[in-house]
Parts: sequence; C-alpha cells; structure tokens
Amino acid sequence: MNRNRTFSYTIPYYLWLGLFVIAPVILLVIQSFGNLSGHFTLNNYATYFSSGTYLRMTFNSVFFAFIVTGITLLISYPMAYIMSRLKHAQFWLLLVILPTWVNLLLKAYAFIGLFSKTGTVNNFLTLIGVGPHQLMFTNLSFLIVAAYIEIPFMIMPIFNSLIELDKSYINAARDLGATSWQTLTKVIFPMSMGGVKAGIQAVFIPTLSLFMITRLIGGNRVITLGTAIEEHFLVTQNWGMGSTIGVILIVAMGLTMFLTRDRKKKGARHGK
Amino acid sequence: MANKSKKWSNIYLIFVFILMYAPIFYLIFYSFNKGDFMADFSGFSWRHYIDMFADTRLMQILVNTFIVALLSALIATLIGLFGALGIYNTKQNNTKNILLSLNNILMVSPDVIIGASFLIFFTMVGLKLGFGSVVLAHIAFSIPIVVLMVLPKLNEMNPALVDAARDLGANNYQVLSRVILPYAWPGILSGFFMAITYSLDDFAVTFFVTGNGFSTLSVEIYSRARQGIDLSINALSALMFLLSLILVIIYYFISNYSSKGSKKKRGARMVVHQ
Amino acid sequence: MKKIIWLTGIILTAVCVLFGINLAFQHAEDTDTSTKSSGNRTLTIYNWGDYIDPTLLKEFQKETGYKVDYETFDSNEAMYTKIKQGGTHYDLAVPSDYMIQKMKSANLLVPLDHSKLTGLANYDKQFMNQSFDPNNKYSIPYFWGTLGIVYNDKYVKPGEITTWHDLWQPKYKKNIMLIDSSRDIMGMALASSGQSVNTKSIPELAAAKGKLDTLMPNVKAIVADEIKTYMAQDEAAIAVDYSGDASEMIAENKHLHYIVPSGGGNLWFDNIVMPKTVTNKRAAYAFLNFMSEPKHAAQNAEYVGYATPNRQAVNLLPKSVKNDKAWYPPKSTLSQLEVYQDLGPTWVGNYNDYFLEFKMTNR
Repeated sequence: MNRNRTFSYTIPYYLWLGLFVIAPVILLVIQSFGNLSGHFTLNNYATYFSSGTYLRMTFNSVFFAFIVTGITLLISYPMAYIMSRLKHAQFWLLLVILPTWVNLLLKAYAFIGLFSKTGTVNNFLTLIGVGPHQLMFTNLSFLIVAAYIEIPFMIMPIFNSLIELDKSYINAARDLGATSWQTLTKVIFPMSMGGVKAGIQAVFIPTLSLFMITRLIGGNRVITLGTAIEEHFLVTQNWGMGSTIGVILIVAMGLTMFLTRDRKKKGARHGK
Repeated sequence: MANKSKKWSNIYLIFVFILMYAPIFYLIFYSFNKGDFMADFSGFSWRHYIDMFADTRLMQILVNTFIVALLSALIATLIGLFGALGIYNTKQNNTKNILLSLNNILMVSPDVIIGASFLIFFTMVGLKLGFGSVVLAHIAFSIPIVVLMVLPKLNEMNPALVDAARDLGANNYQVLSRVILPYAWPGILSGFFMAITYSLDDFAVTFFVTGNGFSTLSVEIYSRARQGIDLSINALSALMFLLSLILVIIYYFISNYSSKGSKKKRGARMVVHQ
Repeated sequence: MKKIIWLTGIILTAVCVLFGINLAFQHAEDTDTSTKSSGNRTLTIYNWGDYIDPTLLKEFQKETGYKVDYETFDSNEAMYTKIKQGGTHYDLAVPSDYMIQKMKSANLLVPLDHSKLTGLANYDKQFMNQSFDPNNKYSIPYFWGTLGIVYNDKYVKPGEITTWHDLWQPKYKKNIMLIDSSRDIMGMALASSGQSVNTKSIPELAAAKGKLDTLMPNVKAIVADEIKTYMAQDEAAIAVDYSGDASEMIAENKHLHYIVPSGGGNLWFDNIVMPKTVTNKRAAYAFLNFMSEPKHAAQNAEYVGYATPNRQAVNLLPKSVKNDKAWYPPKSTLSQLEVYQDLGPTWVGNYNDYFLEFKMTNR
C-alpha cells in the first residue's frame, strides 16, 4: 500500500523517462549505426576512434569543461556561502537567477561589445593605463563567458545545501574550539557536498557540448564535440556521425556519474 | 575582526553581482541608442521601444514565450519533484545511479539532438506541431534540472526527521506535506526557476518541434541574427528584465511576510535533531 | 504542500491572463484583415528572419485580404529538416541555390505554373534559368549576391586587395576573419588556385585545405553572423563574407568596403519556392506576383540591403546603389563566378571534414 502510493506519484516521471529519454536514446543508438543511406555500419565509430581530429576534440571538450567547472566552483562557493548568511537570502538568490532570463545570444552580443577592441573593457584598461589588449578570441574571454553562463547553475544547489545547514553544528564546532577555517573545511564544506556535486553535474555535463560560445566568443579557436554534432546534424546532415558523437557524450556522462556516485551516503542512511 | 571579514564578503558579493549584471546593463543601455546598433552610442531615444510596441507579431511572440515558460516550468517542477522523491525512495544504490544517469541524459545531449529526435518522435506519434508540442518538449528538457535541484535537498534531510514524524503518528501524506516538502522547498523553487531559464533560453529544440503560427522569442532572435541584432529586441529584453525584477521584489515582500509563519516549523526541526 | 498549491495557482492564473492577451491580439489582427469570405485565407511564408520589409506584408494583406503568417528559420538545412519531416504547412519558402536542388531531388517542391505568374518579365535574364533550377520550373529569384572580401580602409588601402590570393600576404597577420561555412571557405581556397568551387576531386580538396593551413597565421577567428558586429567594431581589418552581410556592416561602419575578387568565386541566390507542404496555392501566387512588382521589389531591396534580381526594380533604386560595382558587379565579373551545386551528402561531408580539420589546426 505504502509503496504503491509513492509509485503512483512518480508515474509521470517514469513515463517521461520512457518516452523522452529512453526512446530517443534508442533512436540515437540505432542512428549511430547508420551510414548516409541508412544502412547498418560500424564506420561511424571506427571514424571516431581512428581520427585524430575527433579524439583531440574530445580531449578539448573534457579539458575545457573541467576548467570551466573549476572556475565556476571557485567563484560560486564563496558567493553561495556569503549569500546564505544574509538576512534575505532568497531574495539575493533570485537576483542571481534573474540574468539567466535574458536571452543567451543577446548576452553574447553584449559581451562582444564589452570585450571588443574599442569596447568598454578596453576603454577602461586604456584609462588606467594598461590597455588596450586583444580580449576577443582568447581562451580567457571564452572561459570568462562560459563561466558567466554557468555560475547560476552552480550557486543554486550549493546555496540550497548551505541555507538550511543547521547552525547548531557550526556552533558546536566553534564551542569545541575549531577556528573558522576548520569549521569551514571540516564541518560546512563536507555537509554541503551534495549541493557541490549537483552543481558540478549541472555545469560540467552541459559544458561538454557547449558550442555557440566557442564560435561567438572563442572564434572557433576552441572546438568541442558540440561543434561537431551541430555540424553533422545541420550542415552535412550526416545524422549517423552526429548520433555517434551523441552516444559517446552520453557514455562519457554515465562514466562521470559512476565515478562521482555516492558511496558514503548509502551507509549513512542505512546505518540509522 | 568579524566586522572586517563581513566587509570583505560584502565587497566580494557586490563584485560578483556587478560582473553578473554588466552585460545586462550594457544591453539595456544600448536599447536607448539613437543609432541602430549595439555600439557607438549616438544619443538618447525611445525609438526602439516605440518600434517594439508597434510590432504586434513580436508582442504576440513575447506572450507565447511567457505562456510556454510558465506552464512548462510548472509541470516540469511537479513531475520532477515526484521523480526526485521516487529516486530518493529507491533503496538500491545501483538502481538509483542508473536512474540518475538516465535523468541527466537530456542535459548532456546537445539541443540539436534533442530537437531532432523530439521532432521525429512527435511526427511519428502524429502529434500536431505547435503550442502543444513545444510545451511538451520544454517540459521534457526541464525535468532533469528540477530533479538535480531537488534531490540534494532530499538527500541532506535527516532521516530521523521522517522517522520522528512517523513515530508521532503522521501518515504518508502528512510526512510528505509537513516534513519533506517544506524541507525541500528551496530546491523545488530553484528547480522551478531553472526550468524557466531553460525554457526562455531554448532555441534549437523549439525550432524543431514548433509548427505553424507558433514561435518563441529565442527562435525569433536567432533567425534575426542573419540581419544583425535589432535593437528593438534589446528594448524588449530590457522591459522583460525590469518586469521580472519587479516580480522578484514583490515575491520578496510576500515571502518576507509569510516567512514569519514558517519560523515555528524550523524550531520544531531543531528539536528533532537534538 | 500549501506552498506548492499556492505556486501552481498563481502560475495558472498568470497563464490564463496571458492566454487572454494572446486572444485579444489575434482578434485585433483578424479584424485588421477582415477575413469575411470563406475558405483558406492564410498564407504561410517560411523565410529567414527579418528578410522582408514588414510594411510590404501589411500592404499585401490590405490589398488581397489574405492574412500572412511569417515564420522564420536560421539555416537552409534546418529549414530542410522541418519541411521534410512534415507536420507543418508552409505555402512559400526561401531557400538558397544548392538547397533548391536538394529539395527538388527529395521531391519537396511543387512546380510553378508560369501562366499564373504575371511578373516574370521583370526579372533580369542573367539571374534566371540557373543550373540549380533550369527554366525556373520551381523557383523565382528573391535576392542574389556574391562572396567577397570586406576591408577596413583604416588598415588596408583601397586597391591593395584585388584577388583571393592577396589574403595570403604576411602583413595581414592575425587580421582576417572567415565566415564559418565549409563550402564558402573551401570554395575560396579552391577559387584562389583557379579551381572550381564545385570540385569533386579529393586531391584538389586536399590541396585547398593545405593552402588554407598556410593562411591560418593570418586568420583571427572563424565566426558566423556575429562577423558583422565584429567588423563594425574594428575587431579585424579584413573579412571573407557574403555581400549581404557586407551591406549590413557597411551600414554600421563607413570605413568598411566590399569587393568581389577577380578570378572566380561564388554567386549565390535566395529564391522563392513552393514546398510540397503548400495548402493555399492561390495566395502563394498572389504573393509571388505582388513581390515581382518593381515598386515592391525595390522597396524590399532598400529595406533588406541585398541585391534584387528584378531588373525593373534596380532602375527604381538610387543611383549610388545601382551603380555600385560591389553590389551590382558588371557582367565580366559575374561570368567568372559559379553557383554552388548540391554535391550530395558524401561530398558535402568531404568538404566539411577538410574544413573541420582546418579549424582544428593550431593557431
């Protein structure tokens, strides 16, 4: 009775999993084994693993996703921490979300205006006597904009795990003579691990297939798997190859999930 | 000492907020440009705002965009919330990991893949492309982020909380509505807002699954890019931004008012912990 | 739970209000075009975003009583997928040259009944009867243009660049922007060594890619539509781009100039076609005829800024425009240019693979 009840609530979710996740993935896998005329072939996978271009692209994607996630985490954790200590924390959180509601392409164009040779940032740099610099099409500008886009997705889960963190634990740690640094690293950070992990998933995974920013801001200096998929689906219309890369991305994601899976938590929950 | 660190943390906060809002203010600033482009400010003018309101097609698209965003985010939040509860209640760790991986597939898939496969799926089923298919697609790709926002909150929840409520004679429904949901509320809310973000930002999926007479702002903006960004789009975004800012401030006052009631519950939770 | 119900209620109310606003809009539009008569009164046009003067649409609605649904796409291939997959009913679409060929071979087009077209005589003969659509059986031209070079006279003297090959000069180090399109950039490399932009020869393509690699030190970035913003903001001195984009840039920045290099290159067309999804042929023909009228074509050309294939319309344009060799090049230049052919998926793939490899070359 008890189980049935919970299950009935989750029916829409499982329906969604079946119709919008598993079915498309099956379609994708089937397509990845098709050549241009739709016949069965293993060539797409062979091309992928034998071509230096795709492997380098994969490496690039993982490498940049890694850095972007790192930068985002470094900026977001203190931000989330400070915000969670403020009086009207939820209000500040909404202020973090608000910029994400403005269209991405529009924001990218604003960044072009800010970073260009004659843009606002360079004018400022010239004013303080250190500019102008070439900012556009550098790895730096790409990383800044990518991190900019992802920051809210990182702040939010971390903030959520910090906001209701029991003050009693912190007080207890303090009472036991822990310094604020110790309290942070030994008490607060471990307790917010769930949020950090969710944040990493929400940032790292989508960043793997980022493509628009790589072209718009990076000038195609950085080429990720997202670019290749985009081209195979839209330009060459070689859906087979595009699907192959898609399948590889999904496998890579599964692997990431497997490696960062919760091992401790299970023990903790069942130990109770 | 404490004061000093507070000062630094405030400076950091303000600094990050300035960075986050810089491009937005840049956009808004140029929406008042007399010229036609997002550079070389040549003078103040309301021209682009007048253009925008005169463009009924654009206004209609704007209304459509909001309907899709709100509706899909709401439904995605409800489905995702119960999905997260389902995953949370799954006892087996392996099943749980598989479910989570499945959940994240739509997040790792580039939009074109999602869009193309949804298009094939919808036409196969014979669904009429248009408002319905767009809302359905938006619900579909927003669910994972909701789960991702809600689940950590559930995992953090002290199981003793639920046990205690049970001991006190609460039934399933009461446990859910009095203990679990209030605890997960911040996660639910951020899931909802992130779903709105996903919906407002999506271009590729909407493009593929939309039919005749239905378009959203993103599709319009991307298709116009070949001709350069029109500043009336800036004006529109500025207006949308101000509108959401006002809504946020209203929300702030409401929640400020209603949070007085929830203080008590928080106290109760403390007791359980000790 | 209370909070969730509360949230749901607020959102649903908001959605209802928005629906109401939407209905009001639709109602206002319906009374605008007075759709009294029975039958199908809607014309659905599938075009690039902002690729028509909206006042022309209004005028057409007023003149004929049809209600126009103007829908937009951002790439030929995306449009192709949408039309091929069905579920929509576009009456007219505006693909580019090679895509017309592709759509034709995929049986996605409906032949035009020339007896119903009243304005055919207005079009310039040299833009009719192209290889992608012999005798204009399926399409009539909408706009046309070239692939060329945009330069900024602050950094490059006029006359310094006259051929594609001039781009390889070392003094343009890190100063050239390329458009992110495999056909165009591979085509440029092919044309620079005197080969056809439609070549189906692997050695020629490999040589072209090798030649592009030597251009890489000069390449600053490979971008798409945003190239206009970049050039307008002085980010680079030179860009390889279409004439259409160039006209937008020049409108923004007076220091920019456009040239069509001598010795081969690409001539492109955007033509209007009737896809097989057509439901209102009568309205579609009415629109084709409306747009063929010189007055309307000229107005549209002035709004969009591309070159019109309508000879009578060109005569109506201001002198400064119609005599500009960059936009309306002389016959001698045009005859050297080639229109892209649909090479079939395998060869499109080859072009793309070489281009991708070129993009991955370290800079």
